Amino acid sequence: MTATVAPPPSGPVPYEQEFALRLLADMVRIRRMEEACAQRYGEGRIRGFLHLYIGEEAVATGAMHALGAQDNVVATYREHGHALLRGVSMAAIMAEMFGRREGCSRGRGGSMHLFDAATRFFGGNAIVGGGLPLAVGLALAAKMQGEGRVTACFFGEGAVAEGAFHESMNLAALWGLPVAFLCENNLYAMGTALARSESRTDLCAKAEVFGMPALRADGMDVVAVHEAARQAVAQVREGGGPVFVEFQTYRFRAHSMFDPELYRDRAEVEAWKTRGPIHTYSARLKAQGLLDEERFLALDRAAEEEVAEATAFAESAALEPVEDLLRDVCTPPEAGP
Amino acid sequence: MSPTRMSYREALRAALREAMQRDPRVFLMGEDVGRYGGTYAVSKGLLEEFGAERIRDTPLSELAFVGAGIGAALGGMRPIVEVMTVNFSLLALDQIVNTAAALRHMSGGQFSVPLVIRMATGAGRQLAAQHSHSLENWYAHIPGIRVLAPATIEDARAMLWPALRDPDPVVIFEHAQLYNLEEDLPAHWESNADISHARVRRNGTDLSLLAWGGCLGKALEAAALLEGEGISAEVIDLRVLRPLDMDTVLASVRRTHRAVVVDEGWRSGSLAGELLARIAEESFYDLDAAPARVCSQEVPIPYAKHLEDAALPQVPMIAAAARRVAGRDA
Ligand SMILES: Cc1ncc(C[n+]2csc(CCOP(=O)(O)OP(=O)(O)O)c2C)c(N)n1
Repeated sequence: MTATVAPPPSGPVPYEQEFALRLLADMVRIRRMEEACAQRYGEGRIRGFLHLYIGEEAVATGAMHALGAQDNVVATYREHGHALLRGVSMAAIMAEMFGRREGCSRGRGGSMHLFDAATRFFGGNAIVGGGLPLAVGLALAAKMQGEGRVTACFFGEGAVAEGAFHESMNLAALWGLPVAFLCENNLYAMGTALARSESRTDLCAKAEVFGMPALRADGMDVVAVHEAARQAVAQVREGGGPVFVEFQTYRFRAHSMFDPELYRDRAEVEAWKTRGPIHTYSARLKAQGLLDEERFLALDRAAEEEVAEATAFAESAALEPVEDLLRDVCTPPEAGP
Repeated sequence: MSPTRMSYREALRAALREAMQRDPRVFLMGEDVGRYGGTYAVSKGLLEEFGAERIRDTPLSELAFVGAGIGAALGGMRPIVEVMTVNFSLLALDQIVNTAAALRHMSGGQFSVPLVIRMATGAGRQLAAQHSHSLENWYAHIPGIRVLAPATIEDARAMLWPALRDPDPVVIFEHAQLYNLEEDLPAHWESNADISHARVRRNGTDLSLLAWGGCLGKALEAAALLEGEGISAEVIDLRVLRPLDMDTVLASVRRTHRAVVVDEGWRSGSLAGELLARIAEESFYDLDAAPARVCSQEVPIPYAKHLEDAALPQVPMIAAAARRVAGRDA
């Protein structure tokens, strides 16, 4: 199989230098953090399922920067980057993967269930499609309470085959709810290519069935992602009801750490790497004079330092005592809302 | 205050109305709760009173609207989600089990889900296999949710408000045979508003009959029958199916030394099995006889009246089991 992919993202970056570099730095932070996760996984320090986002960083980065602090975020099990850019500290994320009490879910969730009430990050959901109804409800609450919150709901294209997708899209459109459905189409649901699971592969057409506006953006281009996300979020915030956005992206790594990748060609992965979100964006910034090698190395070093600190924190963080195993199953009486 | 006579349905409606009036965050959503007036007419009239925002008709999307209830609860509302019947709740099980029940623990205690889910349950109306399930035990199996089974007018009236005050998900089972039940609402019903304890519904000395929901009435009838034969049966209404109030159950068994559980669920893997196991674990030496249970026959509930009757726990079977356990069946 010869893989044909679109040319790398190109063209001018329409942002001030500070913001332009922020986007780059955030993509690099996700990348470095996840490389460290993979390494720790190899050492047996992180266990369970670990789903890396490597290759897809432009999506979370461009989209998260389109949201405000009051907004809600619902994500999947491939959510390390989303949690990080939402503002969960890398130390709390790492500690969670190490199963520590200082983890952002007290060691109860692991890689797939990062949560953070302070930043309205409603998780890490490991049921494919499971986050969509939740997002619809958060949006319903926001609408009923007249809050200007937008709920951003991330999910993979695999979820599109689930009943939860169709039910939730219909409900959100029917009730005109403020939710942005952000579909990360990385072409494969585990080993199942989109064309092997959908009778119709045009994802935007599925949104249009519900009368929902739909956008499509190059998910390897952080600028395209950010612009599409901004447009979608603005439209939702103005009370225009839900919007669907398809981000066309690609994961460079295996589905999880257990995947021998029998379903795709090495050549295809290599071809997609020519569109890698970090190096193509860096090249554009350099061409524009917004970045030089020294600055790149500096922000990369900063990311590496953050990772080193987070990892050291996670390694030395305490384990929850086994006596506390049963805590947080139910709310203690005095702590009720 | 003199007691008011009302139906179970009216008691539920009064509770809904009160909750809507007391807390602006409360709203009801489900299939046909509004225009249609509720499948069992529980919410009849509430749409006119509270409007379509708060008495919210949903599409036929159990998974999505139960999940939306969870999200709305997280977002600061106090939703009451009506699932037409337990049979259809199977389409929403994922959201209830994987999200509502697990979220608090999975998030390290950050997100409680103050959601109430009401659903009709049970057989007895010749509706055949797909409309006659009694799956309370499936829900009572799940840590992280509270499961209630109001069997009296008083509980139908009183349980909803404390359920809404519970910061965690509560599932309320309303046995479909109870909606037309009429009783006096005791004047002191409010002080009995409790969602933690079982209750003794009839005092007795010779054996303990444990029942809940649609079987409570049958257990009480059996107890009346047994009294005529000189067997004094105590009847415990479980009321709360999770967490189980074993203190009340065991206190009764320790007095009577004999126990029979009545459960409309199938015997295999039943809540009755759980109760008997706990009685055996915690009170084995208080027992004077092997305990027993009366459950549904292990068959999809059939349509024909005589077959359906034969499949479900009935008063004569309960009485017979009680006689056996009491050693009076000679
Ligand atoms: C309901 C459900 N079915 C199956 C799985 C197992 N599973 C985990 S990830 C996955 C693929 C999902 O693909 P997609 O939604 O495209 O997201 P991606 O992993 O590509 O980010 C599957 C089938 C699951 N977690 N949940």
